Amino acid sequence: MDAFLENFNYIVYVVLMMIGLYAMISKNNLIKKLVGMTIFQSAIILFYVSIGAKEGAAIPILDHHQMHVAAAHDDHADTHKDKADTHEGEHADTKIHKADKHAAGAHSNHTSAEHASTHTDKLEAPHAGEHGDHDGHHGSSEINPAKFSNPIPHVLMLTAIVVGVSTLGVALSIVQRVHQGYGSIEEDDILNQIGPNTDG
Amino acid sequence: MADQIPVLIILAPLFGGILVLLLGLRYRSVCFPIAVASLGVSLFSALHTFRTVLLEGPQRYFLSGWERGGGFAVGIEYRIDQINGLVLIMIAFVALLSVIHSRSRVSVETPAKVPQVYILSLLLVSGLLGMTITNDAFNLYVLLEISSLSSYALIAIGSRRSALSAFNYVIMGTIGASFLLLGVGYLFIQTGTLNMQDIHGALMAEGLINAPSIKVALMLILIGLWIKMGLFPLHGWLPNAYSYAPSATGTLMGPLVTKVMIYIMIRMMVSVFGIDFLYEQLAWTKPVSLLASIAIIGGSFLAVSQTDLRKMLCYLIVAEVGYMVGGAWVGNLNGMTGAIYHILGDALMTLCLFFVVGIVVAKTGEHRLSAFKGLFKSMPLTMVCFVVVALAMIGLPPTCGFFSKWYLVRGGLEAGQYPFVIALLISSLVNAVIFFRLIEFAYFQSPDSDTAEAHGAHGESGAHGDEGEHSATAHAHTPVPMKVYRVDPDLDADSIITEVPWGMKAPLLIVAACLLLLGIFNSTVTAWIADGLKGVGF
Repeated sequence: MDAFLENFNYIVYVVLMMIGLYAMISKNNLIKKLVGMTIFQSAIILFYVSIGAKEGAAIPILDHHQMHVAAAHDDHADTHKDKADTHEGEHADTKIHKADKHAAGAHSNHTSAEHASTHTDKLEAPHAGEHGDHDGHHGSSEINPAKFSNPIPHVLMLTAIVVGVSTLGVALSIVQRVHQGYGSIEEDDILNQIGPNTDG
Repeated sequence: MADQIPVLIILAPLFGGILVLLLGLRYRSVCFPIAVASLGVSLFSALHTFRTVLLEGPQRYFLSGWERGGGFAVGIEYRIDQINGLVLIMIAFVALLSVIHSRSRVSVETPAKVPQVYILSLLLVSGLLGMTITNDAFNLYVLLEISSLSSYALIAIGSRRSALSAFNYVIMGTIGASFLLLGVGYLFIQTGTLNMQDIHGALMAEGLINAPSIKVALMLILIGLWIKMGLFPLHGWLPNAYSYAPSATGTLMGPLVTKVMIYIMIRMMVSVFGIDFLYEQLAWTKPVSLLASIAIIGGSFLAVSQTDLRKMLCYLIVAEVGYMVGGAWVGNLNGMTGAIYHILGDALMTLCLFFVVGIVVAKTGEHRLSAFKGLFKSMPLTMVCFVVVALAMIGLPPTCGFFSKWYLVRGGLEAGQYPFVIALLISSLVNAVIFFRLIEFAYFQSPDSDTAEAHGAHGESGAHGDEGEHSATAHAHTPVPMKVYRVDPDLDADSIITEVPWGMKAPLLIVAACLLLLGIFNSTVTAWIADGLKGVGF
């Protein structure tokens, strides 16, 4: 059971990939094949994103305030451990929630709902900086890389998503051409029109 | 400025494509000059870079100046050594000749899509060049998709049948590229880097090479690339895609795409996983070279059973893929040298064959093997080039085909991979059957009435060929029944099938000459390849 939970993301991606592959191979409708293709590509994107996620890690942007956050949360990581667990799969977000919680203590007029909707790095920085000052943790200037999530998988997947969208676009326009040519997007229908002799 | 030349190899066709997009849609006449100029710049840059490599050793180029920091690659790195230097020259050269040759065909076959064909061709070529030059595993995937997306569109530009083949290619190509991406992901998890040299260093230094996930990564990458290159059981998409595509597309893609994929496989083998691991620790050389032997035999027999010229060429490509995969996997220097030398030779051979078949199909309007009947009298130069490439495909000296087979067979014998050697010899025999039959048609047979009827069955394509002749040679001004176009043995002085214009013939002559030159100077080329292989652990 532990092995299952530890490898949960890998199991999910393999299952999704196989669903996509099945649809690409066995579906008769060309659009359904493309749906399978999209599932297949999304599975791989999920795989990459899941390897970049890390429990309680911060967004790896190096500026002065963030260094404070990294140092300060070193101490607070344990107390918020159980909270972090409830946000499984959104570790980067969890981190921001924590930062927001502290900031909310300083600025009581900020509702938590407002914070939940402001996940961007730019908004995080001022809160976090204030929090660091309030708590009196100025921290050392050393940066612990283990406290940050690895940005590379996410950056790679931004590219891969663009590639996937363009592939889908090209494929859909090709399906349109096939439909113009044969008046159908059912594979067996088209193969019947072509006939057995010319198909090699 | 001079140190920026390596990146021009890719940027020239990329920006050429964008320029055609900006200007060509409005001014049709600039498409072709821009394409030729940008490919010319690319070829010059590739030659210049290769010269620098020969003088100074492998070159590294860091995109945007992101040099290595702290022993790790920060940005994307291009790396040019002797081997991919040669492959880069080959790609730019083949693309240039192919674009020049196809000029009149593009305007005849796809008159409404001329700028699009040039845009996509240039993007395809820049993707292929980028895949060859890059040293970054993820960049490789992106460039692979750039070239794949352009090739899907290039194929689908043709008839409705080509759109259907393009769809199958999209499905297969996406599966292949996704497997490659997944394999790169496994490598990235284990090593934390995407730079090929750094991956190799991390695998070796930390003993990671024995981890099961590395074997999974190798398997995923190999299967992905095998799908993309069309290794025999996975070749399903290739023949239809290349033979139903417009002839300009087939001429550009046929020689280049599969060869570049094979180079990528070799690059992954030698630069990322390392030869010691693949040849010594994994016992995969026997099964993979057996797979290659099956590919050679399967491709050859499928080729000999085809009646359609272009389908036959496509199955010959499938057989040749087996040569190179087998050569790379027999497990010694000779086999690998033969495989890389054959990448260069086979690209030229396939290009030459596509040229000849394109000319024959355009002139006779017929797709069947019998189209060659009596052509020697009407097209002597084309047929002489055809004989040269036929000898190269069969593997007779002094053409390059002989020397690549020589290295491959020697490698196979040294490693004791006898099935591979036997498959190579059988394939040579099958090629002899295929090509001597065509040569016999061309030299000793006169066209019979039977072919003229068959000709009518190919009405659509016949009309294209006919039209091409009108525009190219301006011999006939009124639509004449097709039969008149057949070569009449009594009238060969005035026969209407004549040599193609110089724009089509000159590239053919150049590439036929290169087949001979590459054969004659084989020791120089293989010495370069051996130098490059020594740099990566052979």
